[in-house]
Amino acid sequence: MRITCPLCGARDRREFTYKGAALPVPALEAGVAEWDAHVHLRDNPAGPLEELWQHDMGCGAWLKVTRNTATHEMLGVALAQDAGLAIKEGQP
Amino acid sequence: MGISDRFSGWRVLKEGLTGNKGWTPHWRDPEPKRDYDVVIVGGGGHGLATAYYLAKEHGLRNIAVLEKGYLGGGNVGRNTTIVRANYYLPGNSEFYSHSLKLWEGMEQDLNYNAMMSQRGILNVFHNDGQRDAAVRRANSIINQGDDAEILYRDQLKTLVPFLNYDNNRFPIMGALLQRRAGTARHDAVAWGFARGADQFGVDLIQNCEVTGIDVEGGKVVGVQTARGPIRAKKVALAAAGRSSQVAAMAGLTLPIESHVLQAFVTEGLKPVIDHVITFAEGHLYISQSDKGGLVFGSYLDFYSSYAARGNLPMQEYTMEAIAAMVPAVTKARLLRSWGGIMDMTPDGSPIIDHTPIEGLYLNAGWCYGGFKATPASGDCFAHLIATDRPHAAATRFKLDRFRSGYGLMDEEGTGAQHNLH
Repeated sequence: MRITCPLCGARDRREFTYKGAALPVPALEAGVAEWDAHVHLRDNPAGPLEELWQHDMGCGAWLKVTRNTATHEMLGVALAQDAGLAIKEGQP
Repeated sequence: MGISDRFSGWRVLKEGLTGNKGWTPHWRDPEPKRDYDVVIVGGGGHGLATAYYLAKEHGLRNIAVLEKGYLGGGNVGRNTTIVRANYYLPGNSEFYSHSLKLWEGMEQDLNYNAMMSQRGILNVFHNDGQRDAAVRRANSIINQGDDAEILYRDQLKTLVPFLNYDNNRFPIMGALLQRRAGTARHDAVAWGFARGADQFGVDLIQNCEVTGIDVEGGKVVGVQTARGPIRAKKVALAAAGRSSQVAAMAGLTLPIESHVLQAFVTEGLKPVIDHVITFAEGHLYISQSDKGGLVFGSYLDFYSSYAARGNLPMQEYTMEAIAAMVPAVTKARLLRSWGGIMDMTPDGSPIIDHTPIEGLYLNAGWCYGGFKATPASGDCFAHLIATDRPHAAATRFKLDRFRSGYGLMDEEGTGAQHNLH
């Protein structure tokens, strides 16, 4: 697998670390059910999945990658902050 | 079951002398009936074992196992065949202890040669901290009633002289040995349980993908399949890496991510590695199959995958690690590699439990350890389905432990979150 980092270009999978499914973070005051869903429950699709990778052996950016889990095909890459996944003030 | 259906040395001899014309198929190929008492979704090792124990231990007969492809075509045919009972935590410890005992009687019970080989497993440690952990684990195993011994460097050297004891980064200090552990012929385990279940009248229905789960008023009433609707009083899910898709048909979202674990086998060699050997460094393990191939593997690739194949970086890592620990392996040529779909839970331990839907039962989350669990998984899941109470050896495999935080079983101590095991 190769991932096209928006800042660095196409790079080998070795440069990236998988950070799991890209899920919106619940509000701090959200209840147990919402946090349980965020931390534990997964749609776990056999097909396109939005996920987080960090380019930690490159520029360090967090990326939101859309990847087909059935074929490993890369379907799209964006900086996590541009994809609305940046950590906001007051979030853990 | 007539006597002619039994396998024996005498029967092999007789068939050999008469042209092997008397062998019959090991199981029927029935058409699905319109309704069953229990429908099991998934014709792998766990599903087939569940059907067998439902019939044998609980007297149920009106059972179907529905399989999307062919029997034993999933993870039970794609693993590295290791059987052991060397778990540490309560919950896992008694379960795998129960499983090893079932393994030891399985071939006689099933009248089927599963090539169970109790050749012993060596868990090699490299430093003081790993030694202390191994001693603790050994004590835990002994308390459970199973066998464990600590071997130090010189003792280990007499047993397995071919390891690299003086690797600069990971010198070998010793190992935890469990002599009753070993390997079994993975396909034969599935076939043995299939034949056993079939002889009790269980319908094993292949090429029968489940496409829907029918729920009425919070209670399961049947399934939709590629071969038509089937009504069922109880539906039991044992779909391993595909558990999330199957459970989603009933509107359930599981605490599971499916990942890929790769395994490798070399060309066939003369006997060289007598035990199963694992290394604290690199999650690495190796054994030799009865055909002579060296079977080995290490970590997950660590990304979600249903591709049943992995990528080059983890292959390189595994080759480097095995070459560092067992240098002789570098003289063998790699024959092939494959990937299995691992249903990973956040804490790395499985689920055998009710679901919020009445009559719908879940057996999933076996991570990369499902093979050794096969008989106990079937026995305990059958007990739950038949009696609606958990088996004494599987009281802690709860679906809601992640939400509540109570009873988490994190053997590695890395935390109960995805992507850590």
